[in-house]
Amino acid sequence: MEQVVQTRGLYKTFPRKGGAAQTATHYCPGCEHGVLHKLIGEALADLDLQDRTIVISPVGCGVFAYYYFDTGNVQVAHGRAAAVGTGISRTQNNAVVVSYQGDGDLASIGLNETLQAANRGEKIAVFFVNNTVYGMTGGQMAPTTLVGSKTITSPEGRDPVQAGYPLHMAELINQLRAPVYIARVSFSNMGKLRRARQAIRKALEIQRDGKGYAFVEVLMACPTNQKMNVEEATRFVAEQMEVEYPLGVLRDRAAEAVPIVRSESDYAKETLDRIFSLDTDRAPDAQLTPDAPTFRVKMAGFGGQGVLSMGIILARTACQAGKFVSWYPSYGPEQRGGTANCGVVMSGTPVGTPLVTASDILVAMNRPSLEKFLRDVKPGGLLLYDAAMGEVTPPAGVRALAVPATRLAQEGGSARAANTAMVGVLAALGGFDLPERAYREAITCNFAGKDAVVQANLAVFDHARAWALEQELP
Amino acid sequence: MNQLPPDVPAPYPVIDPLECKSCGRCVMVCPKKVLELGDELNARGYAFTRYKGAGCIGCLNCFYACPEPNAIKVHLPAKET
Ligand SMILES: Cc1ncc(C[n+]2csc(CCOP(=O)(O)OP(=O)(O)O)c2C)c(N)n1
Ligand code: SF4
Ligand code: SF4
Repeated sequence: MEQVVQTRGLYKTFPRKGGAAQTATHYCPGCEHGVLHKLIGEALADLDLQDRTIVISPVGCGVFAYYYFDTGNVQVAHGRAAAVGTGISRTQNNAVVVSYQGDGDLASIGLNETLQAANRGEKIAVFFVNNTVYGMTGGQMAPTTLVGSKTITSPEGRDPVQAGYPLHMAELINQLRAPVYIARVSFSNMGKLRRARQAIRKALEIQRDGKGYAFVEVLMACPTNQKMNVEEATRFVAEQMEVEYPLGVLRDRAAEAVPIVRSESDYAKETLDRIFSLDTDRAPDAQLTPDAPTFRVKMAGFGGQGVLSMGIILARTACQAGKFVSWYPSYGPEQRGGTANCGVVMSGTPVGTPLVTASDILVAMNRPSLEKFLRDVKPGGLLLYDAAMGEVTPPAGVRALAVPATRLAQEGGSARAANTAMVGVLAALGGFDLPERAYREAITCNFAGKDAVVQANLAVFDHARAWALEQELP
Repeated sequence: MNQLPPDVPAPYPVIDPLECKSCGRCVMVCPKKVLELGDELNARGYAFTRYKGAGCIGCLNCFYACPEPNAIKVHLPAKET
């Protein structure tokens, strides 16, 4: 029977492309990205892998690879293919992950994770297009640009004193133990193209068999940005690129490599709860109560005044009472001194941003914090400030109360528990409507294992709460 | 060159005039020089490549060198047994 050799593994038409010419690629005339697409597609079809395959489109001229590959597809942020590929491979053990990346994407912004993924031996076939420039953005110098090559960001030619030397990705990866297969290929004559075709198939067979990391560097020119016709582009690859970047199979351990079997990933909520000790009755699931008010509380002071744990205690209390909560700290690098603040959001519906930019309540433990955050308190909001900082005039519409937190803590029996005293005052005056039991459990949990400290803090809480109930808010 | 008798089926490329971008890669790699860029423009504005009509040996060079997925197909006759 007659045989018709034609493109396979790619869609017949490319409706994702939209607009006109939905049967042609978006690539410039003569660009070998299309040649590589056809070879990968053909190998996937021949190996019957399309239904198991996810092709990762990069940022770069290959960004629209998902228009073409008749497989699963994702398109990822610049340089992040190795991370996303790792995620896919680890969650879908049977997936064939194909990462298609340019030199800007893989060797520049994505270099770190490229090497890390290779070093972990992830089950990914990487097809690395080394065309010595950033094509998509108009021909800037890439890590792989040849010495002396003119690009729009190296108008005098790449100067190694300024810009270093061309980065040899295949050789770099060949320093690592885990990769199974590493090759560098080109299409600069038909013999080399046929060897490239074999390398591509090999990389995909390794994925079919789950054996690990395969890296195929493909040399090509960017005829558009390098202002070359196809003869010049082909000569550039053969006579300049291949001198700098020798072709060949740098490593082939496919025969010895055994399939990598990773334990099944388990993302069930119960499992995650168990890992993070959230499967206790101290962390009940939040109850959806859309009518309940949302509170945004800001707490701020010197580092060491316990504002962060004050926030944690309040957040735990609300969590215990079935609210949706967030706790979001912000502090300097120093352990003591400096400033620290946190925002606590308590709500009857899931919390969006944990940032507290407009607060219902501000708890200020020192004057700098007061000055910094007072203007963010909403009209009708509440300011609790440590009486030690002296007289404060709140803005119109904000109710304010000076809290002698340190004295209350001392009277309660623990001079260091001024933060817990503030929690007691919040319990009385915050209007949160959280059960007292929840506060006690949160305090107990916060100091778990230190019985005397728990008792002292509970006493301070009770004392401060009783004090606050006697106060009159303006 | 040994001409095949006309009744023996020969391989031949089919170039879709609309899909060709006139880059010339196929012309460059054809060992028999039986492809040529024409001067007629397709609807997308490219002067598409044409098969001269005879001489294809079915090496598939043009198919593999062509970057456009839908531009070239090559018909290969059934192998003699
Ligand atoms: C985070 C981020 N930084 C920068 C860019 C801009 N950008 C788009 S493509 C590109 C370089 C692409 O070059 P390469 O990976 O070599 O692919 P090519 O276009 O040559 O195929 C850059 C820097 C971006 N999109 N995202
Ligand atoms: S800009 Fe360069 S790399 Fe991008 S499609 Fe055109 S020729 Fe290819
Ligand atoms: S290689 Fe393809 S796109 Fe280029 S001229 Fe030949 S048929 Fe046309």
